[in-house]
Amino acid sequence: MENKSIIEFRNVTFQYNSQLEPTLKNINLNIKSGEKVLIVGSSGSGKSTLGNLINGIIPRNVKGSLQGDILIDGKNIQSMSLFDLSLKVGTLLQNSNDQFVGLTVAEDIAFGMENDCVNNAEMKTKVNQWADYLDIKNLLQQAPNQLSGGQKQRTGLAGIMVDEAPILLLDEPLAALDPAAGFSSIKLVDDIHQKLHNTVLIIEHRIEEVLNQSVDKVILMNDGEIVGIFKPDNLLKENILQKYGLRNPLYLDLLKSAGVDIQKLEHIASASLVNGNGMLPKLQLANQQRIPNAIKNDQNPILKIQHLNFSYNQKTIFKNLNLSVNHGDMLALVGKNGVGKSTLSKLIAGFIKPHSGSICLNGDSLDGVTIKERADKIGYIMQDPDKMISKVMIKDEIALGLQLRGFDADYIDQKVTEVLKVCHLYEFRNWPISALSYGQKKRLTIASILVLDPQLLILDEPTAGQDYYHYTEIMQFLQDLNQKHHITMIFVTHDMYLMTEYANRAVVLGNYGILKDDYPEAILDDDEVVLAAHLKSTSISTLARRFNLSADRLTHYLISKESNNKHE
Amino acid sequence: MNKKKLSVQSVVAIGIGTAILFLLKRWVSIPIGIPNTNLDTSYGFLGFIAVLFGPAVGFCVGFLGHSINDFTQFGTPWWTWVFTTGLVGMAMGFLKKYIQPDEGKISTRKLVFYNIYQVIINIIAWVLIAPTGDVLIYSEPANKVYLQGIVSAFTNSLSTGVIGTILLVIYASTKVQKGSLKKE
Amino acid sequence: MNNSIFGYDGNDTWIHKLTGTSKLIFFILVSIISMISYDVRFTLLVLVLSAFIFQQSKIKWQQIKLVVKLIVIFAILNLITVYIFSPGHGSYLYGTRHVIFNFGYLTMTQEQLFYELNLAIKYLVTVPISLVFLITTNPSEFSASLNQIGVPYRFSYAVSLALRYIPDVQQDFQSISLAQQARGYEISKKGKVMDRIKGTSQILVPLILSSLDKIQVISQAMELRRFGKNKSRTWYMHRKFSKNDYLTLLFAMLIILIGILFIKIDGSRFFNPFK
Repeated sequence: MENKSIIEFRNVTFQYNSQLEPTLKNINLNIKSGEKVLIVGSSGSGKSTLGNLINGIIPRNVKGSLQGDILIDGKNIQSMSLFDLSLKVGTLLQNSNDQFVGLTVAEDIAFGMENDCVNNAEMKTKVNQWADYLDIKNLLQQAPNQLSGGQKQRTGLAGIMVDEAPILLLDEPLAALDPAAGFSSIKLVDDIHQKLHNTVLIIEHRIEEVLNQSVDKVILMNDGEIVGIFKPDNLLKENILQKYGLRNPLYLDLLKSAGVDIQKLEHIASASLVNGNGMLPKLQLANQQRIPNAIKNDQNPILKIQHLNFSYNQKTIFKNLNLSVNHGDMLALVGKNGVGKSTLSKLIAGFIKPHSGSICLNGDSLDGVTIKERADKIGYIMQDPDKMISKVMIKDEIALGLQLRGFDADYIDQKVTEVLKVCHLYEFRNWPISALSYGQKKRLTIASILVLDPQLLILDEPTAGQDYYHYTEIMQFLQDLNQKHHITMIFVTHDMYLMTEYANRAVVLGNYGILKDDYPEAILDDDEVVLAAHLKSTSISTLARRFNLSADRLTHYLISKESNNKHE
Repeated sequence: MNKKKLSVQSVVAIGIGTAILFLLKRWVSIPIGIPNTNLDTSYGFLGFIAVLFGPAVGFCVGFLGHSINDFTQFGTPWWTWVFTTGLVGMAMGFLKKYIQPDEGKISTRKLVFYNIYQVIINIIAWVLIAPTGDVLIYSEPANKVYLQGIVSAFTNSLSTGVIGTILLVIYASTKVQKGSLKKE
Repeated sequence: MNNSIFGYDGNDTWIHKLTGTSKLIFFILVSIISMISYDVRFTLLVLVLSAFIFQQSKIKWQQIKLVVKLIVIFAILNLITVYIFSPGHGSYLYGTRHVIFNFGYLTMTQEQLFYELNLAIKYLVTVPISLVFLITTNPSEFSASLNQIGVPYRFSYAVSLALRYIPDVQQDFQSISLAQQARGYEISKKGKVMDRIKGTSQILVPLILSSLDKIQVISQAMELRRFGKNKSRTWYMHRKFSKNDYLTLLFAMLIILIGILFIKIDGSRFFNPFK
């Protein structure tokens, strides 16, 4: 029996009033009731616009011109209000903290029902029912700032599930989660889909994680158009993701670089099932890759932290933490949400003070050195560039730190020009900052710190929420700074790719201190640490475990192959 | 009075605006060299958010933010001054239609008008309304409250003027269209 | 536990069990009448009453130490300023002049002393019930209560949003301001006044502009869950009135009546013992 179609786009073109060209061009689409669909595309591909047309934000709240017809559950959206539509499409927004509008979990789940004037008894029943289903019943009285990202997302889900809308739309559900939480989030959505047979749309650029669970089809978007609608297996065999600014699943990259013909593979969309003749021998060959020796600490580390103790609100965060960072390190700081990654960064940057213990830079104690003086040597870059920018023009923003330190105009000019060039911003030097893209703004905030000639940079989640194209752009820039300009870096990250691909060492934080300090692949090979730190082993580990190979060696094999390719 | 409902965006603007105003009032004041007199940065923000969202939001942000501050700091609000803060927010909100900050660059003429207007409003509010309220309701001596009023009119218009103007200019500059720019 | 900026303690006395609505009405009515009345007999009565309510609510000194200290300092400062600015205000109000001691301009009269006593009590009288209201009422109930006493629900919900986002904005502000200090801005007393104001504005720019983006996202999130669809809305935290709630309202009315009675007896807001 053929299911009826629940979302239909007929020749839909949409153009924002503020844009010169249409963001969506002649889209035709038909999604059947009960399907689970993944919509992928790089930033600017139009995938979010597509989502906003389905839930009605466009054209109700965002102005623009819409041509063609959109039918949701057989009705044209033009004849429905945003409120009617919200009963058909439940939307989980990308930022589950901003979606959380109640003072507690229970109130937030009830928010939609309150607006529908549902009586109290019924609200309480439903809140309990869905909180139970989503495993957050013990959190009902908690305020949002006491919850983890995953718990906030579950609250958000409960808040839309109470509507029992036939369509569930998730906008980049993985963006704000640590790897383990992301994994369980995708699994949860799959459970919901299995049980309720609703229509599920997931908008994401992190394909590998979503494909951990089955999906019926994948819509690939680029530049406002649908490139194609694929079965997951076929999409991966097409081998076109990279061309559209997206990342291939890691295990496939490995198989490819090991010389496996992926066209002949079976179950290609799953690292735990993929197979085909000739795969294993080639992997075994790759498994002979040599691995580096464990990290050795320099005699003269750039940063040395000794016997550090810190607690916050009577909760011990660090107990006797010791860490030394070598000159030239690209160090990834990882661990589950709330374990103290940001706290450690802020302690190093001097934003907060340790209760006891010492932090030394190049052998000199940083005790009593002010935030401003410390910033001459240690630069701190926040995750969101908008939270660091306070000027209108690019040049002014970069010059700011030097001006506030009283340097003369000639020196400032010369230094700013130099940094503009290093950061590939020279051609934009006379632009207002508001005209820059996200990646450019990120470089600008780095530039405005680099101008002070720091020896050590601390970056808080430098690539959070970025697609593969922008991720690569930012990380290669950082790698350049590290290699050509000899700046030591510490970055806080949740991205296991980033850690293995760009860091030479990783420090895993656990309760009270460091769980493990080693090169990245060794960390992902340590199941205990992975579990304790809410990390998620990569798909290479999944593959390696199946055939009793070493994930460590295989990952090194892939990275060495890829870096060879880059240099060719 | 037209009984137009607040838009959802206005409701959220009141919520977030109140949170910011409260924090500024509570934590960010600038000593200006006169003993016991600080510049209250929250009035600069109030002028800005009122011009962005109009009189209703301006009034509510001022009134709520100031009340929450008084509640947490003094246990109970000093209602005459709380109410006056609301009025200042409302009065500043009437400039929304004239200044139109969402349309991009604000002309110097408009900025000058903003500043003349805000000085007048601050004088009416702090030299006239607030102290008169204190005399009528709390029966405080006139010379004391009017002097307090004059000092507040001065510091608050300094705040509304300098901080408000800087915020408006920077905000408007983020509304510049991309089409006009070339790489060099 | 829902920790809040007002210090709600989640205790379990009969006052905690009253609905937010009845406590809010009680607080408003009693505040208004003690703002109007200048009769020391009445305000003292209310002060004793509110001290009793305070005692019943089992609030610990630790919870309110800071606020109380501030209030007392504020009150004393104000009383001194009033005296310095207008030592004759008491005589002006009460129409007589009984000198206690002669000190030129600062001559102290019985009338002035009595006036300042009245003022002191007025500064303090509503503090205990205000603190009781804030500490014994779950902030989640505020909005429902405001809506129940007739405040439009859109405005009521804005109050709830403010309470929801104060911790978020505060956290943002702390990290932004530290990062800006690292750039070289200083929040200190050095430098010219104008530079200080400009510097502070620059620190605030990222906070305020990023909060504006937040407004867009949150209002979309709320509309996607049908906020504003109907003329009214229900509240998850709404509670039905119990017998004690009605008694609280009755009690508030009684206090209002006594206040009005005193005004009638005095013939004005002021009680004048000097006539």
